[in-house]
Amino acid sequence: MENYDIVVIGGGPAGLAAAASARKSGIERIVILERDKELGGILNQCIHNGFGLHTFKEELTGPEYAGRFIDQIRELDIEYRLNTMVMEISPQKIVTAMNRVDGLFEIQAKAVILAMGCRERPRGALNIPGYRPAGIFSAGTAQRLVNMEGYLPGREVVILGSGDIGLIMARRMTLEGAKVKVVAELMPYSGGLKRNIVQCLDDYGIPLKLSHTVVDIQGKERLTGITLAEVDAEGRPVLGREEFYSCDTLLLSVGLIPENELSVGMGVELNPVTSGARVNESLETNIDGVFACGNVLHVHDLVDFVSEEAAAAGKNAALYVQRTDPAKPDVRPEAGERGGLEDGTGAGERAEADDRTTAGARTGQTGESDLGICITAGDGVRYTVPETVRVRHMADRLTVRFRVGNVYKNCYVSVFFDENRVLRRKRPVAAPGEMEELVLTKEQLMRYPELETITVKIEEE
Amino acid sequence: MEERKLICINCPMGCMLTVAMEKGAIVSIEGNTCKRGETYAGKELTNPTRIVTSTVKVTGGREPMVSVKTKADIPKGKVMECVRALKNVTAKAPIRIGDVILEDAAGTGVNIVATKAVEREE
Repeated sequence: MENYDIVVIGGGPAGLAAAASARKSGIERIVILERDKELGGILNQCIHNGFGLHTFKEELTGPEYAGRFIDQIRELDIEYRLNTMVMEISPQKIVTAMNRVDGLFEIQAKAVILAMGCRERPRGALNIPGYRPAGIFSAGTAQRLVNMEGYLPGREVVILGSGDIGLIMARRMTLEGAKVKVVAELMPYSGGLKRNIVQCLDDYGIPLKLSHTVVDIQGKERLTGITLAEVDAEGRPVLGREEFYSCDTLLLSVGLIPENELSVGMGVELNPVTSGARVNESLETNIDGVFACGNVLHVHDLVDFVSEEAAAAGKNAALYVQRTDPAKPDVRPEAGERGGLEDGTGAGERAEADDRTTAGARTGQTGESDLGICITAGDGVRYTVPETVRVRHMADRLTVRFRVGNVYKNCYVSVFFDENRVLRRKRPVAAPGEMEELVLTKEQLMRYPELETITVKIEEE
Repeated sequence: MEERKLICINCPMGCMLTVAMEKGAIVSIEGNTCKRGETYAGKELTNPTRIVTSTVKVTGGREPMVSVKTKADIPKGKVMECVRALKNVTAKAPIRIGDVILEDAAGTGVNIVATKAVEREE
């Protein structure tokens, strides 16, 4: 059996950023396992621009954004294996994988970073009545066919769901000469980014029908048309006002599901709202030394935040490996990796190390358990990542990401430490399609030694 | 005075901009959180532009297609013409990111460049 310090499952944006960050934190033995024939994951088929504004301060296309990280992986000399399918990960962190060169092989990892991404919700999960002709694609499948393989899936198109991939594909199919007749969205608001509605639909005069869904699919061999109906507040179709659209193609952009079969197989606990792992401040799952980041943890809208989150997971995995290394039993985690950091957080780690004695004593007194303080999603908030925070393990600043459950105008994002409101930030608009974030500081948490629960909620005026 | 509402698309914030216009000229812009919103509103209402991304066929490469983009944004009205101009273009592998695939697309003076590397077929 081979031995590695860190095995990264998946070579998409999350896996690449996590691996690069772990290497920069001083870990030598890292390997990325990727099932596709190239690194970069789904970015390779996202040929549109708009990536990297936060990370690189310029607007890149998906392949260019991936290219920047792939270059880093090469410069850092990080090993990766392509065309490699991971079959199983054991709770003891033995990764079983296979490819055509090595056959079936096992790797004992000290830490595992789960970065498998997500996949699209298929037609079968929607219970749309009607026939099952050819011509029904998930939007991402169509995207791959058009952008990577050079096929146009159809000429007259209806899109169900206004997720970002659906919106992007509405424009892409139009540019390739297809007629996109309508985008229908079940919810009363779009699940996609505003910029995509403007640039992909409005620019080309493609109508967006909110509170509408497909109630019938026609065609035996090939799709010949679909029927749209408006839905009521409970999402039930209103009968009697259906509209028929002739089309040869129906694209589904109806949500993404984190691909967590491997995680579940090894005993990682999932949050039913995100379908991703439950993680603490270190993005570590309930299994020691198993970290998760990117879309396998929770579905993001922007790859920049995936990279940021994954870099944190990579650094934390590195800390874990250094902390548990039997060769250096006396190395304190924060002290051990201080020299290897490039991102200027060294100062924070030092501060933490300095107040360790007092903080340690204090957390000892208040009985902060190993599980830490709970972060709960209050009114209007669907979930938070992470769900727990152990103050002694957190860096100076902790980014908490969350999504709201509805469209709110002129609302406040509030954070409560038990009963005390410690933050109240005005938001002109908050929508489920756009991930929100806030930052908790270590300093702030140290001031509440008795703290049990942090609640993030939306307050309306 | 005419009031125009538009959504800034420079970043995912998607600020709602309210622009007051008088005889085709912008009088005031409100609702933006940063300077880019102001620039965008000015441009969008007088000379809207877009970056265009598409794909072209590859010969002799490991992949059948390569993704491309306009090196800079081009007038919105030229988008379809630009895509049509790419229809009969083929790129020869090897291709590197940034290689010019088509010069002066649709008379815009803007080049179309590759956004992905494609290695030669083995």
